[in-house]
This record gives sequence, structure tokens and C-alpha cells, in this order.
Amino acid sequence: MSEAANREHVLEVEHVTMQFGGVVAVNDLSLHVDKGEIVALIGPNGAGKTTAFNVITGVYAQTNGRVSFCGETLTENHPTGKALASYLGEDAGKFSQTILKTPDAITKKGIARTFQNIRLFKSLSVFDNVLIGFHMRSKANVFSAVFHLNGAEEKANREKTLELLKMVGLDDVKDEVASSLPYGKQRRLEIARALATDPKFLLLDEPAAGMNPQETIELASFIREIKEKFGLTVLVIEHHMDLVMEISDRIYVLDFGKLIAQGTPDEIQNNNRVIEAYLGVQEDE
Amino acid sequence: MSAITFAQHFLTGISLGGSYALIAVGYTMVYGILRLINFAHGDLFMMSGYFMIFAMATLPWYLALPIALIGTVVLGVLIEKAAYKPLRSAPRMSVMISAIGVSYLLQNLATYLFTALPQPYPEIPFLKKIFQFGGLSASLVTLITPVLTIILVVALVQMINHTKLGMAMRAVSKDTEAARLMGIRVNTTISMTFVIGSLLAGVGAVLYFTDRMSVYPYSGSLPGLKCFVAAVLGGIGSIPGAVIGGFIIGICETYITALGYSTFSNAFTFVLLIIILLVKPTGLFGEAATDKV
Amino acid sequence: MNTKSKRIRDILLSIVLAAVFCCILAYFQYDTKTSHSYALSILTRSAVYAVVAVSMNLLNGFTGLFSLGQAGFMAIGAYTTAILTIPVAARPNVYYLNGIAPWLENLHLPMIPAMLLGGLFSAAIAALIGIPVLRLKSDYLAIATLGFAEIVRALLAAPMMDTITNGSFGLNNVPGYANIFQPMAIAAVCILLMVLLINSSYGRAFKAIREDDVAAEAMGINLFRHKELAFVISSFFTGVGGGMLAVFMQSIDTKTFSVSMTYNILLMIVLGGIGSVTGSIIGAFLINGSQEWLRFLDVETTINGVQVPLLRPGLRMVVYSILLMIVVLFWRRGIMGTSEFTWDGLFGLFTRKNKKKKTGGDKS
Repeated sequence: MSEAANREHVLEVEHVTMQFGGVVAVNDLSLHVDKGEIVALIGPNGAGKTTAFNVITGVYAQTNGRVSFCGETLTENHPTGKALASYLGEDAGKFSQTILKTPDAITKKGIARTFQNIRLFKSLSVFDNVLIGFHMRSKANVFSAVFHLNGAEEKANREKTLELLKMVGLDDVKDEVASSLPYGKQRRLEIARALATDPKFLLLDEPAAGMNPQETIELASFIREIKEKFGLTVLVIEHHMDLVMEISDRIYVLDFGKLIAQGTPDEIQNNNRVIEAYLGVQEDE
Repeated sequence: MSAITFAQHFLTGISLGGSYALIAVGYTMVYGILRLINFAHGDLFMMSGYFMIFAMATLPWYLALPIALIGTVVLGVLIEKAAYKPLRSAPRMSVMISAIGVSYLLQNLATYLFTALPQPYPEIPFLKKIFQFGGLSASLVTLITPVLTIILVVALVQMINHTKLGMAMRAVSKDTEAARLMGIRVNTTISMTFVIGSLLAGVGAVLYFTDRMSVYPYSGSLPGLKCFVAAVLGGIGSIPGAVIGGFIIGICETYITALGYSTFSNAFTFVLLIIILLVKPTGLFGEAATDKV
Repeated sequence: MNTKSKRIRDILLSIVLAAVFCCILAYFQYDTKTSHSYALSILTRSAVYAVVAVSMNLLNGFTGLFSLGQAGFMAIGAYTTAILTIPVAARPNVYYLNGIAPWLENLHLPMIPAMLLGGLFSAAIAALIGIPVLRLKSDYLAIATLGFAEIVRALLAAPMMDTITNGSFGLNNVPGYANIFQPMAIAAVCILLMVLLINSSYGRAFKAIREDDVAAEAMGINLFRHKELAFVISSFFTGVGGGMLAVFMQSIDTKTFSVSMTYNILLMIVLGGIGSVTGSIIGAFLINGSQEWLRFLDVETTINGVQVPLLRPGLRMVVYSILLMIVVLFWRRGIMGTSEFTWDGLFGLFTRKNKKKKTGGDKS
């Protein structure tokens, strides 16, 4: 593969602003993630990281800006009418189309995610949680599914589910109810579930939250492993700086909804604005 | 339709709308604070009608009226304590089923105790006095209903905006947990909401049934649903909204019936509901809320 | 015991159970010494409600959509079936007041196709209604579907429908079931189809929506499409159930399909366990069976010249509503919770009891 193709922008976020009433949660955010990269999005609490994730995955419709994936526009919006009158962001005239997709359509394009506050199908089994991820790519319609005409596909999906569970080390608890798992395993289950949708791009929202140092180290190698194995590109939100510095190729730093820095881990560690933004947090801790 | 009949129907409409408004306020307050459609509210209104019948059987109206109102309030609070309070942390569907259960129970209980036949509603003599204005004629209750409704609602809004209890109610409906941390007694506040809602339903019942002249076990179920629609129309959680919604539905319903489409007057309410929820789910005066992911 | 021999055992046991059940039905049907018409009618009614309860559970229990439109969809199915199956010769008698619409006069179908058509008609209307209504949040959905059922009732009884539905007079002369096996077989097929759906990939998607709709969407499940699918399928079977009810009752009118009918079905699924098919079936048989066992509650009784207090018409329904409240407040999982009947579970029940007895014995 040539160097140019390697540098292909898989995800491109252009001038995205997300405004809730009078609060601008994300302000004029532009970032890109290249094929095969692991990029981290960091910033103090309330900086707008999760909101950015929710815009990328279609949970929120941005007030302004464009998100594109593999060169195709996923979502684009611009403020009009009342929203324009109360718009506090920038670049209001930059975009002219309104393209909004529901989260499932975006997942179908190949973007999978996990959630900050773990959203598993709590009362279903570990196995079913992952198996559901295969539903989207299933070719069966209702009739063939009801009359079990898709037996081969169903069998293959069950095998793949088991494989995924083995890979994340949850095959021994596959019949247990998801909510009964300890926290760390729930996080891994969520990643396995996301992988079941056969993504090209994985968004991880604080995957190490609540993990001890040992588990965090394991997670770092785990993320690298799945990246290689599935040919993924990864965007991760994280507070554990050790993990971020360890795994990321590049880092974006958000503060109060605005991008304040970007660069390699070394550059970020020595960036004065980043240190300033984090000082308050460090005092708290 | 001549101008006189038009005006006559308008009068009937705002009178009906007034009693709807009083019930709708109960729905909107409970929904605002518990995020629960109190399916039993309409049946509470029906029971209030029966209370009045029994109180009036032995007592003069000025004693019977407060007794019926107290009965309604006690029943309303009892429902909250028995059927909703134990389910505070339960899934939403369970609470709704519980509310349906109470509604079902009250209807069946009324059928059992008072038979399914309509019982004549006692007349409060002075309320039925007929007034004539030009070609229009109206009983006192028709005239009094909208006025009383507005007075009660203005008083309620003042209370909510300017008293400690009102502040507590607003706080609990915004964020129950935060309110609890601020030292607000959440359960007392919820009970008080039911007291006020039930009281208004009781007043509404007197005005409504005086006009209708009979009560039967299902006389609360359809008006109850309509009043919920009124609350949604006005924007759930907004008291002035519920009142305006009540008036709109009362007036529309009266005209639809007057035009000879009485079969569809009920259907109209629900078509209206679906339209509002599609076009403006927050209703006329409701606030938009974003779900946090 | 390994899994394979266990499976063979389970299949054998199920066949034996089904055979025993069929024998009981056959006994009721063909024993002419005493009349079993009452038992037969309870069993038929239970079968009808089992279909409707399972289809309501498909929505409320498995997809997490709190819908209260069952009575409306049943009414559509029931009227379609009744109109199409009333013998042409009997129609002038049925419609003697208003006459029958000319296009309908000679339109006649056998029972099963009529029921299917009733179901399809229900499903088509559900598909239309679903477009606006399924975008609503849970509690608004409940009210909107409840309202829909009322609209259906009003429309069926409306004067302009007189030549089709016979307005408020209702329909009679609907031919009944030839034997008990007919309704049982129809119910069995309907429930089997729903079970197959629930166990399919789509059924899992429905459960995912019930558990967490945001996460389900993130898994690529199109919320609206799947909700609409569940709603349409559930309404189809509710419509078929309505048709079954019409054939069972042989005469119907709009008053039958009131809100309390929906509440009654809700009681069945809550009692059986929301999210369990076997639970709904058990609930349907228990509630319909108890209509007979609790009949004494509605009869004023005097023992030795003393009137038994409280017993008079209406008490049975009060008991049912109290039962609903008790289940919701104190026994939220109902009989089955979200689990299904399995032979293992049944044997487990006994062995667990035995174990308890044993440990109890050891202590004493």
C-alpha cells in the first residue's frame, strides 16, 4: 500500500458545533483520523468529548458542520431560522446541506462505539449481547428468520460470537446475565459487542474508567490487538493519561468545547495550554 | 347555525372546558412531578361524583360539598401512598400498570358498590338557576364554571410561584434527587401534589356532574383520557397550558356534537393527540427536554 | 445425562403431554353422557385469550412498547371475521334494520381465511397507525393506542357504518367452532409462530430495543423499522384472536371491545410474567378458568337463611382488579418472570424442594 493511501482520512469532522439552548457544548471542532491510527480525544470533564462522539455516531444532530466517513458525507447541518438567530458558534454560513442519519445507519456504514456509562442489554445473556450485534448484517428477512431458513447464517453468527467472546476472555461466562458481570468484564463485553457489527472504525468512550492500573495495562495491549486483528481505526476518549500516551498515535485536546491542541503524545505532554487546562483538574484530584 | 345557537354552544363549550381544565391540571401536576400518567385520575373524579351523591342523601349541600371534597382528597392521597409510592424505583412500565390497576379497581369497585346503572346526581338548587340574556339561556353552573376555574388556577399558579411548598414542587419536578439532597421532603411534596390535584378534580366533578345529572362507574374514564389529552395539548407540566387545552377540547367537542357528529367527538380528541405529538410534542407551552446519552 | 439424551427426553415428554391434553379434549368433546359444554367453552375462551395475551406480550414484554390498543385490533379482526362468515342466507335477518351493503351481500369466506383476512386487516391498520404513534415515548404511546381503540369502537358503531357493521346492534349468527380441536389448533399455530419469531434474530433485536434503545440503535438496529414490525405482527395475531373470539361468541357488538377488555388481557400477561410466552398462556388459562371458579362471588348466597355478606354481582371483577394490583405491587415478576417453561425447570422445582426438605431434616 502506498504512503498516500495510508494517509487516507477515514473520519473527517469539519467545523462541528453542537449547541444545546444557550450552551455551546462543542465549538467549531475539526479533526480527522487516518486509516489504521489510534487517536485519542482528551480534555477535562465537561469539555464536550462525549458530545462529539454523540455527533459522530448520530445520536445528536449537530447544529453546524459536517462529519464524513471514508470520503462520504455522513451528516451535515447548518443553523436556520430560530436556531440561526440564537446561534453562538462560528461558520454559520459555511454549510448548506442538511443530511442527518440515524445512529443505526451510521453503524451500518462501519462505525461502532462503546458508551461512557456502559449500556449493555442488561437482562440478556452475555452471548446474546454479542449475537445481537450480528443482526444488522444478517440477510434474513422476518419470514426466513421465523421459519429458520437462514440456519447456516445463524450458525455462523453463533460461531463468530463464541470466537469474539473467547478473544475478550468471556467465553466462560457466556450464559450469564450481562448485568451480573464485574465492571471490567462489562467493558470488555461492550467492546466485543461493538466488534460484532463488523466495524472499520471503533469509538471507545472512556474504556478504562473504573479499571485498576493492572487492568489498564491489559486494556492497552487489548486495544492494539483488536486494532491489528480487525484492521480497525480507533478514536478513544480517555482520562488515564498513561493509557493515552501509551497507545495513541496522535492526540486532540478539547477544553470548553474548543480544540486547544493537537499532536503526538510528546508534543501534547509539553504543550503549555494543555497543562494549563489540566491544572484545575489536577488541583481537584 | 345561527349566531344565537353558536353563542349558546360556545357557552356550553367553555363550561365543559372549565371542568376539563380542572381535571387536566391534576394530570399535568402529577406528570410533572412523577413522570406518570395517573390513569386513575379520571376514576377519582367519578368516585367524587358518588361521594357527593351519598353526602347529599343526608346532608344539606353546604355540608355535603366539603365532605365530598375531603373524601376525594383522601382517596387521591391514598392511591398515591398505596399504589405509586412503593414503586418509586420500579421500571416505568410497572408504575403505569399499577396506575391502570387502580383505575380498573375503582371502576369495578364502583360497579360492585353502586351497580352499573347511572345514579341521579343531586341538584344543588341555586346552581341550576336559569339566567336569560337576550336569546341565550344558561344555568348558574354554566356561568360559574369557567370563572371558578380561572380563579382556582390563578390561585394555584400564585401558590406554586410564591410559596415554599410551590418551590418544593418545582424543585422535585425538575430533579427529584437534587431536591432530596437540598433537604426537601420529596414524599410530602408529592402527597401535596396529589392533595391539590384531587381537590381540583373534586371541584371539577361537582361542576361537571351538576350539568350531566347522573354518575355511573365509567363516567370518569373517557373524560379522564380527554383531560390527559388536554394536558398534553397545553404542554405537559404547564398549568396554564392544561387550562387552555381543557377549554379548547371542551369547546371543540361541544361544536362537533352540535353539528351532529357526536360519535366522532371522542375520536376527535385522540386524533388531536396524535397530531400534537407529531407536530409539536412539547405542546403549546411545554419545555423541550434533551435526553442525555 | 448428556444434552442429546436430555433433548430426546424433553421431546418425548412434550409429546406425551400434548397427547394427554388431546385425550382430555377428546373426552370433553365426545363424551355424551354428561354435557361438558361449559368446560369446552372455558377452554376455547382460554385458547383465544392465550393468542391475544401472547401477542400483547410480544409488544409489551419483548419489545418494551407499552401499547393498550388490543381491544381495537381485536374488534377489527372480530368484525372482519364475523361479517365474512355469517351465512349469506342469514344476512337479511342479521341486518334487518339497516340492510346490508350490496357489495358485501354475497361475499362469504370460510372461517380460517376470514380470520386470516381479519388479521391482515388489523396488521394493515397497525402499519398505518404505527407510523405516527411509534415515534412517541412509552407513556404517550399507551394513551395514543388506548385512544385508537376507542376510535375503532366509535367508528364501528357509527351510523354510516350501519350497512357493514350493523352499527350499535352488533352482529349475530356467526357460525361457531365445529369442535374444540379447531380453536386449539389455531391457537397452537399462532403461538408457535410467535415463539419462532421471538427466538429468531428479529426477536433478539426486539429484546435489545426493550433493554436499551440507544444501545440497540448503536448496534445498527433501526428502531422505527423494528418497532413497526413488532407492532404489525402483534396486531396481526391480535386480529386473528379477535376473529377467534367472534367465532367463539357467535354474536358480537362494539361494547365487548371496551378498554376493560385490554385491561383484562394486561392482567393475564402481568400475572403470567411480562416477557414470558408460557407465562401469558398460563395467565390466559388461569384468568379464564377462574371466571368459573370464582363465579360464586357474583351470586348472592344464603346459608341457613343467613345471607353471606359481600357476595353479589360485580365482586368477581373487584377481585380481579385487586389481583392485578397485588401482582404489580408485591410480585412483579409474576408466575414465570421472563423465563419460559422447560422440563428441566419443572424437575428442578421438585428436586430443589426435595433438597430443601433434606436440609431441613438434617437440622432437626
